[in-house]
Amino acid sequence: MTGVRVAGVGLTHFGSHPDRTGRDLFAEAALNAREDAGVPLDDIEQLNVGNFAGSLLEEQGHMAPLLAEAAGLDCPATRYEEACASAGVAVREAVRTVRSGEADVVLAGGMERMTNNDTPETTEALAIAADELFEIRAGVTFPGAYALMATAYADAFDVDEDELKTDLANVASKNHDNAIPNEYAQYQREISVQQALDAPPVAEPLGLFDCCPVTDGASAIVLVSEEYAAEHDLSAEVAVVGTGQGTDRMALQDREYLARTPAADDAAAMAYEEAGIDATDVDLAEVHDCFTIAEVLAIESLGLYEPGEGLGAARRGETRADGKRPVNLSGGLKAKGHPVGATGGSQIAEMTRLLRGDHPNSDHVADAEVGVTHNAGGTVASAVVHVLEVAE
Amino acid sequence: MSDAGFDEWLHAFAAEDGYYLECANGHGLLPPRRICPDCGSTEFSEESLPESGTVAAVTTVHVPAPSFDADAPYDTVVADFGAIRLTGVVDAEPGTVEIGDDVEPAVGASETTGNDVLMLRPV
Repeated sequence: MTGVRVAGVGLTHFGSHPDRTGRDLFAEAALNAREDAGVPLDDIEQLNVGNFAGSLLEEQGHMAPLLAEAAGLDCPATRYEEACASAGVAVREAVRTVRSGEADVVLAGGMERMTNNDTPETTEALAIAADELFEIRAGVTFPGAYALMATAYADAFDVDEDELKTDLANVASKNHDNAIPNEYAQYQREISVQQALDAPPVAEPLGLFDCCPVTDGASAIVLVSEEYAAEHDLSAEVAVVGTGQGTDRMALQDREYLARTPAADDAAAMAYEEAGIDATDVDLAEVHDCFTIAEVLAIESLGLYEPGEGLGAARRGETRADGKRPVNLSGGLKAKGHPVGATGGSQIAEMTRLLRGDHPNSDHVADAEVGVTHNAGGTVASAVVHVLEVAE
Repeated sequence: MSDAGFDEWLHAFAAEDGYYLECANGHGLLPPRRICPDCGSTEFSEESLPESGTVAAVTTVHVPAPSFDADAPYDTVVADFGAIRLTGVVDAEPGTVEIGDDVEPAVGASETTGNDVLMLRPV
């Protein structure tokens, strides 16, 4: 089994680009990743690309050959769909392919075009990540599903509504602060805790600023074997040393816990074991904060906090940029944006930049060696966790 | 077009004859099922659902999907019925149901589409 290095990363700006096609977005990310890696086009042996709802939002199925063509590739190409964890799974399978020795160079990433639709259409398209019979027909939206998890969390850990809302508003405010210097972020502006608290309700107790935006964007990373990196003298100092995936029941009602995400626990355990680390080794994390409560559940599943103790982490400053273990220095899904099928790849790209030292927020983690990414699908019926390390 | 297994299960609530499935090893499930996801059992019996359950999570939805546009704002809850939980729209003024309240299942209709909806009514 060979080691896997991140040779290069590429992103588009995350934001509102309704006139840009999905193929154009992905081509830009792929080109950026290839230029960053310094890998010739012909050396790329496989494309793994995440896309969730292109068949609804762009009326485009069979996305893999289209995006391979757009990226200038002539190689086996596969689209992965695992809702908002689509790109995370695409990256995970690319890591496994390189590790196995089947390929030395794989391009992985994802794309989603969303703002070309009206918000209600987009809401309906995203809702298909929930259980159609038992949730969608019962009026459950995605903000609604996470709101249900938030109220169950507050009940399980005896948190009153004001404390819950204030702590969640601190998560939103933190992630907006982190996005300010990030040139790829959708919202490079601060919001105060009070602004978040005063925002109109979407699905109580969650308000508008507890929710990630609708975003167009693409991500791409070039993964190579250690041997390829050495032979070609690549500057690929970040290694993917652990990958894990977990699955839970589709509908919230069928889960053992309403206020925990065991699929992410399982993914983290698998990734940590591969990496030979435990949670105390993690210096920073990029987690799937599609809603503010999701960040809380994520940091608990990653073992960074015990269940019930993650809620106040942002308020206490522990997960802020200058805290002991920063979370979502990219701005997270909340402020960097969430082009759903691209997000898992974007997290790997941002973590790589943070660890390499060329991210605008790298100075906050100058001595960091171990970063973890957490990408979730639906209400975490799917989860993918990766461990990245600065290689020796 | 029907959804075999699910439709019969939903409509049983209209006759106040709600049920769930129990596998040979006692795991509670909702239909349609061929395989128990807990133990792999393929044998199921229909068991009567308790008349009421307890709200375990609640939200008031202000921004609905288009298929519930005219229904909003409305409350959705997950309620615990012992062997299984149910998710439904609350048949009451939004914001009036709390965790721990008792609710009973019924079949209602979406104000937007007229489609059948599992309703949970405060007892």
